[in-house]
Amino acid sequence: MGYEFKPFDEMTPEDYAAIGLKAGLEIHQQLMTEKKLFCRCPAGHYSDSYDAEILRHMRPTLSELGEYDGTALMEFKTKKEIVYRIHSDTVCTYEMDDTPPFMMNEAALDIAVEVALLLNLNLVNELHISRKQYLDGSIPTGFQRTTILGVDGWIPYKNRKIGIAQLGLEEDACREVSDIGHQRVFLTDRLGMPLIETVTKPDMRTPQEAAEVGEILRRLVRATGKMRVGHGAAREDVNVSIDGGTRVEIKGVPSLSRVPLLIYNEAMRQWNLLRIRKLLEQREITPSTFSSSNADVTRVLLGTQYVPIQQSMERGEEIHCVRLDGYAGILNEKTQTDTTFAKEISDRVRVVACLTTLPNIVHSDAASETLSAKFWKRIRQRMNARPNDALVLVWGNREDVECGCNEIAIRAREATEGIPSETRQALNDGTNGFERILPGPDRMYPDTDLPPQALSSKRVDEARSRLPEPPWLREARYEKYDLPDDVLDALTSSPRVLLFDSLVDKLGVNPTLAGVFLSQHVKALRRKGLMVEALSDDEIYCVFEAHKDGRLSREGIPEVVRRLMRRNRGRQENGEGVTNDPRKNVQSALDELGLRPLSDDELRRMVEKAVEEGELPDTLVTHDKKHRYLMGVLMVEARGRAEGRVVSNMLTEKLNASDKLAAAEGKSTTRNPKNGKAG
Amino acid sequence: MSKDKHKGYRGKGLAALKEHGVAVWSDVDVEAKTGSFQGIILPRSETADEDHIVLKLRNGYNVGLQAESIISMEEKGRKEAHYKIPEKEFPYDPKKPNVRLFGTGGTIASRLDYRTGAVIPAFSPGELYGSVPELADLCNLTTEKLFGVFSENMGPEQYIITAKKIGEAIKDGTDGIVIGHGTDTMHHTAAILSFMVQDSPVPIVMVGSQRSSDRPSSDAASNLINSVKAAAEGDIAEVVVCMFGPTSDQYGLLHRGTRVRKMHSSYRSTFRTIGDIPLAMISRKGLVHLRDDIKHRRNDRDVKINLAFEEKVTILYYYPNMLPDLVDACVDNGYLGIVIAGTGLGHVNKPLYPALKRARNNGVHVYMTVQTLWGYVQMYVYETGREIMELGVVPACNMLPEVAYMKLCWALGQSNDREEVERIMLTPVNGEITEREPYNGYLIYQGAIPEVQDFLRTIKR
Repeated sequence: MGYEFKPFDEMTPEDYAAIGLKAGLEIHQQLMTEKKLFCRCPAGHYSDSYDAEILRHMRPTLSELGEYDGTALMEFKTKKEIVYRIHSDTVCTYEMDDTPPFMMNEAALDIAVEVALLLNLNLVNELHISRKQYLDGSIPTGFQRTTILGVDGWIPYKNRKIGIAQLGLEEDACREVSDIGHQRVFLTDRLGMPLIETVTKPDMRTPQEAAEVGEILRRLVRATGKMRVGHGAAREDVNVSIDGGTRVEIKGVPSLSRVPLLIYNEAMRQWNLLRIRKLLEQREITPSTFSSSNADVTRVLLGTQYVPIQQSMERGEEIHCVRLDGYAGILNEKTQTDTTFAKEISDRVRVVACLTTLPNIVHSDAASETLSAKFWKRIRQRMNARPNDALVLVWGNREDVECGCNEIAIRAREATEGIPSETRQALNDGTNGFERILPGPDRMYPDTDLPPQALSSKRVDEARSRLPEPPWLREARYEKYDLPDDVLDALTSSPRVLLFDSLVDKLGVNPTLAGVFLSQHVKALRRKGLMVEALSDDEIYCVFEAHKDGRLSREGIPEVVRRLMRRNRGRQENGEGVTNDPRKNVQSALDELGLRPLSDDELRRMVEKAVEEGELPDTLVTHDKKHRYLMGVLMVEARGRAEGRVVSNMLTEKLNASDKLAAAEGKSTTRNPKNGKAG
Repeated sequence: MSKDKHKGYRGKGLAALKEHGVAVWSDVDVEAKTGSFQGIILPRSETADEDHIVLKLRNGYNVGLQAESIISMEEKGRKEAHYKIPEKEFPYDPKKPNVRLFGTGGTIASRLDYRTGAVIPAFSPGELYGSVPELADLCNLTTEKLFGVFSENMGPEQYIITAKKIGEAIKDGTDGIVIGHGTDTMHHTAAILSFMVQDSPVPIVMVGSQRSSDRPSSDAASNLINSVKAAAEGDIAEVVVCMFGPTSDQYGLLHRGTRVRKMHSSYRSTFRTIGDIPLAMISRKGLVHLRDDIKHRRNDRDVKINLAFEEKVTILYYYPNMLPDLVDACVDNGYLGIVIAGTGLGHVNKPLYPALKRARNNGVHVYMTVQTLWGYVQMYVYETGREIMELGVVPACNMLPEVAYMKLCWALGQSNDREEVERIMLTPVNGEITEREPYNGYLIYQGAIPEVQDFLRTIKR
């Protein structure tokens, strides 16, 4: 502990080794299936509107091995009213726990088997659906139906192996709308969508390694082409521990780029909590000597100017004080960047006692910012506090405040033990906040509604035959093409990667052209709201075929693709089937757009006509300006039918020629040739 | 004992356990063709195949491994599961009412069974308190397990014992009775108890749950609390069913035992009062009466118990093309009573007429109810109705088919005289026949209609 924690940018792998950082990942990835996992509702349809609301409560239950789970008890203390908003298009009575599950979605299972093989897992032979308890209400049943396909796999990383603890197939949870006081509101559209959960072993030694491994895993599973993409389709949890620390899970990491800072901050928090424990030990405060007391101090505080407490009194609530014996100064000890131990306590009070309006506590270590000295003195007297005791005030209705006092003492006492096992929530500034006690294996019990299902070797063999090439092998193979890095990255994890191979190998398309199209152009089209997924590989193949045959210029490719997508969509909307012949589709799109490439002769005639007959505004005096103007005129007609570079060269050539001609005739080059002639 | 050691395992699975010297609850390291696994061997469901061994992994998940693919299994220790709910002695408070809870089985009192992988009724009412401590705020509870059967296995023997026990509990001075019951046939039991136990001075509340109590979202605790509250504090001294009102966890409804029916195979709010309105709403906040014509709680102990029951009674659910030999078969097999669930206002087809006539001539009592469930039998409107009455079929007003069945069992247990049976059948005991159907007694809203959608959007139900 003689080590000093450095700023994020200055931490080296050696620094992380010194604190004994271990990090692991849990990656949740939605599968691209038409329907949900245990019912026949459509998957992937999101909407914030709703048709009805249902209200539920959750109670902890006895787990299979006969013990109540710690998290379950905590959630029950919170006594939340859970409200589910349901939209009739996306939710049926299954998600609302009013109908038993239907058999597992086979398409989802097939995808999960592929991923299990990619992760080199020891496959199980029979799937047992388990119920994983979630009493936060994010799943109306109170548990998530989940099953694991295999354990103890690995992926390669920097000449070593990163262990994969397990791969699960499970149903997604609700989207939270709000969580205020005793009411939590959820949207249910996402609920029940098939999801795979990949859990790595804690094999990463620096925050950067965790992000890199996360990226490798993301690309690996996407290589199957069967993963959902887009906002919320992939979500990461991070597990962090340091030497002497505890495994802490941070949930809801919005993107892999956030992972390093989060891990750093959690490592710092654990390091500081261990430091705080040492401070307490020096004061001879241990789990067995810890003591605290609490009392109602509402009357003592009458007349305070501190607004939150004043308002609380106006609402007729109570203010209680917890005395933490010997804790003076501890609440001001730093835990994460810009946060102190007081936040650990405030978080617990917020989550467990449902006192969600912040600030929800004030304490004597930050006395000057809150109550006046006069009031602190009165409270000290009321609580019989010695100078080395810390005081924490909490306010609200009696039941919540009593619960809050209890939690304050619990969390303070935990500081003498070190780092509590918690699930924490990723915050935007890279720090994290308390979410719930880390659940143990006690919260798992078998789902009695569904029978075990054999995972046949036939099914596994078939999945093996569908396996994509792992991204790392593919990257090595593409090295010779010298593609830009971003194109290479996007391409190796693109579902169109097999198409890239056939475009380049079979059709002889320039690898950069094909790569840029399949990564960047496709992304740009999607940004414009066009459903690139609706376009088959065969159709794209035929577009490039037309290009190679000389029926379509390089520039025309995106336009034809856009036309095809619009037509496909139009057909679907009109209920017409899309033609099965991709070649015919492409040719008719070409015909509609009139995108036959211009021959050099045709192009030259166009350029000559524009230079000689075009009306040029008088302001265009320089050669450059004339060139730019005429390019604009020409490209209206030539777009998609000729390369801009070729047109530009021809135009330069022609302008130079006509300049020379004009000079030879002794006429002003500042005038438009036509006018000149007339003059 | 050795059978227990390999609970549920047969064939290849059993052979593998024996070969490697391990048993159920062994903590093992397994080496299999697909790799290595560590976990505890669990009992196997008896209905599952014999090819796999079930392992509970360290992470809490269960997985199955093919017995044939196992190379070695080494026992590292043993960890046996104990299903124990913290069992506390129910506190006694002389100021609180005394409630007697009878357990008959069903989901309200259930827990998981590894072997069958199913929910079995195996929860003693004492343990029930351990998981629902709120009950102590309401009453002094004494419990008695009468049977442990799924509700489909309830029958005359169970009805008679239950009614007797109710009578004894009332004589013993209880302030209210709760009966835990499987939901599938709870309305059958509610009906027969309504006839067997009359003029009770205290509430007799039947309760069940649609989601087993091993689930966090279970309705069991709420239903139990509501039913105990109705029994302890309520003023309705009738046989009632207490179950979720809406699917939302908000309030329960008390339904009269003779007018209630399970209407959905899985919804929480499955029990509905048919052709009338429920008696009351109930929640932790209290009981809200919805109608005045209830039987009030009394201080006397003057309950009437009539345990009569004739088993040879059936319900014929009529369908077009029903052949007369079905009716003949009932007669030939010695059935004494038939309740027909007829179409519309109470009709069957013409080919059945001779068989019905033969039934009457053989002394069989035939009653007509409606399969529409809502509405009255009215056999004068159409010629066919009058013809059927001519054959001796007695219209049973707006008695629900299952209720008419129970009542006919009860009536025929008392008499075989045509007039006497008819008198018993058509004299309402407690609402099984009503004089009027209120306009709001038939409410089945249809989704997507704008006003219904407005309702659903604003009212949590």
